[in-house]
Amino acid sequence: MQLLKELVMSVSPSGRENTIREIIKTQLSSVCDEIFTDTLGNLVCHRKGNGKKLMLAAHMDEIGFMVNYIDDNGFIRFSTIGGVPKYNVINSPVEFVNGTKGKISYENKENPSTVNFEKMYMDIGANSKETAEENVQIGDMASYCGNFEIIGKRIMGKALDDRAGCWALIRAMQNTSSTNENDIYAVFTVQEEVGLRGAKTSAALINPDMAIAIDVSNVGDTPESLELNLKLGKGPAVKMKDASFLIHESVKELLLDCAKGAAIPYQLEAASYGGTDAGAIHLSGGGIASGTISIPTRYIHSANEIIDSEDLSNTVLLLEKIIDTPIKKYI
Amino acid sequence: MLVKELTSLGAPSGFEDAVRNFIKERATADEIYTDSMGNLICHKKGNGKKVMVAAHMDEVGLIITEITEKGFLKFSTLGGIETAVLCSKKVLIGENSVPGIICAKAIHLQKGDEVNSPLKLKDLCIDIGANDKESAEKLIQMGDYAVFDGVFTPFGNNLVKSKALDDRVGCAILLELMKEDYESDMYFTFTVQEEVGLRGAQVAAFNIKPDIALVVEGTTCSDVYGSKPHNQVTNLGGGAVMTAVDRAAISDKNYYDFIMKTAKEYDIKLQIKRTTMGGTDAGAIQRSGIGVKTAVLAVPCRYIHSPVSVMNFDDADCVYKLAKAVLKNIERSGL
Repeated sequence: MQLLKELVMSVSPSGRENTIREIIKTQLSSVCDEIFTDTLGNLVCHRKGNGKKLMLAAHMDEIGFMVNYIDDNGFIRFSTIGGVPKYNVINSPVEFVNGTKGKISYENKENPSTVNFEKMYMDIGANSKETAEENVQIGDMASYCGNFEIIGKRIMGKALDDRAGCWALIRAMQNTSSTNENDIYAVFTVQEEVGLRGAKTSAALINPDMAIAIDVSNVGDTPESLELNLKLGKGPAVKMKDASFLIHESVKELLLDCAKGAAIPYQLEAASYGGTDAGAIHLSGGGIASGTISIPTRYIHSANEIIDSEDLSNTVLLLEKIIDTPIKKYI
Repeated sequence: MLVKELTSLGAPSGFEDAVRNFIKERATADEIYTDSMGNLICHKKGNGKKVMVAAHMDEVGLIITEITEKGFLKFSTLGGIETAVLCSKKVLIGENSVPGIICAKAIHLQKGDEVNSPLKLKDLCIDIGANDKESAEKLIQMGDYAVFDGVFTPFGNNLVKSKALDDRVGCAILLELMKEDYESDMYFTFTVQEEVGLRGAQVAAFNIKPDIALVVEGTTCSDVYGSKPHNQVTNLGGGAVMTAVDRAAISDKNYYDFIMKTAKEYDIKLQIKRTTMGGTDAGAIQRSGIGVKTAVLAVPCRYIHSPVSVMNFDDADCVYKLAKAVLKNIERSGL
């Protein structure tokens, strides 16, 4: 779990994914034929094979914050990057790309239940504008402060969306380093949280025959939760749809065959909201058969998301099986 | 800088002819052409990277959707206009610039909720002084556009108020930038339909396939009465504005740092836009094809998307100087 911890702890909000990209590059350069960073910053790991082009995508970025203004007392006003739920943010610790830490609070004469981002600020321990500016400038970005804990069979940390997906894809690539049934592109995308942007341009670059995104999805297994089908610990989910895409028949068939063939527990999911990189990829060029594997996750976009370690290891097994299965008979 | 001349032209989204013709006559490039969507592309050939420099020609405006029996005009908006801004404003309709006034039921006739709730589009229409539908139709046709009647008027210390500073100031800056020589293969691109969703830029970028793009814009500025400092977004007189993040695009980090460094080197005033809201052509260009490295430089404009947006010529000058320095040095930027 040391690698997952490292991925989670890295501060890499949308558009500023350098730190995590370097970690992943180090992990995969020995198990790929070529590895490169494209124009927008996607890390593309290509393992040449005899079959069709299969793109596997997990996003490196996380939601975050941008500095708008630093006041005379060194407090920082900010804007948000990606879908940041305001009720999750109050009192969350934050960390800047350069390591500066702080926390978010709000103008406390306001009612916390109705307060908006304009009434919030970061406290980075500075006592003047000058001391704050030693570490932080307007336009700088932060994410939730890195945290990672193993709690029983579960893992708790920030940005498991989608560092869990990145980890699973890295491990699957490492564990299958000798196979060449498909022409594999493992792509670690940028700027998913602000609109699937990296996936769009990397799909245009690669033009794959099939694509599978690995991302997280909300569960409905907490007290009085929304009625969602997914549960923690019941295996990775084959996502039939969300607001961004419908799974391609061929991908669905492949995923179900792989899960059943290797006796991997799995769940089915159909979400009415949300989106994954598959949403951008499937409409790329002349259209690409696409699907998504979801890792069930609680408290997505909070400072402490929770996943199940068996779901994670089963996601790796499913990806390994997919990498080893010639996709050409499905498309 | 031809800001006065460019703002005097009426060219809302989809009706950019007047601005395109004006620029075409003054552009200095190796090849000048209009693409299928109406973008004007001025190509200055070079041996380096393909660099697209973009400003949009269109402004926000109105489109006539109905002529009533009594000769009033109903309308929809082209681009994002705050409805509260519209009432009692002067407009010019169509290529013949027929004058009109946006009207609503008088305040003393409004009842109950009407008084306290903001006017909606359906409550507004344009009065062109016609007696009936027939006489109105002699001047106006359904589908005609209207733009604000907001004449370019200098005031204060090097300030100007005018309609359409967004983005005629960008067009004016591009016309100046085009006069210079560059090592890169330069595509000065005047886009259409930015205000309705970055549409022209998407098509232009697809065709040009640039390596790098610089978008020159007019951007929001609310450094006025009633705004707390952290909500002001930009400051008039604060120099050129660079965007780190907005809703449409995140600037390439190395490009962003390079511009910051260039501003320091050339001692040009630069401020970072203090919000992640808003969007520019950079959004469409960045995600075109296999991706393009983009950045945005902008002139702060108070009361943007109104008949009286306000800018400071010093800021426009900063954008011009910084854009020129960036474009002249871009081959050595490591991008």
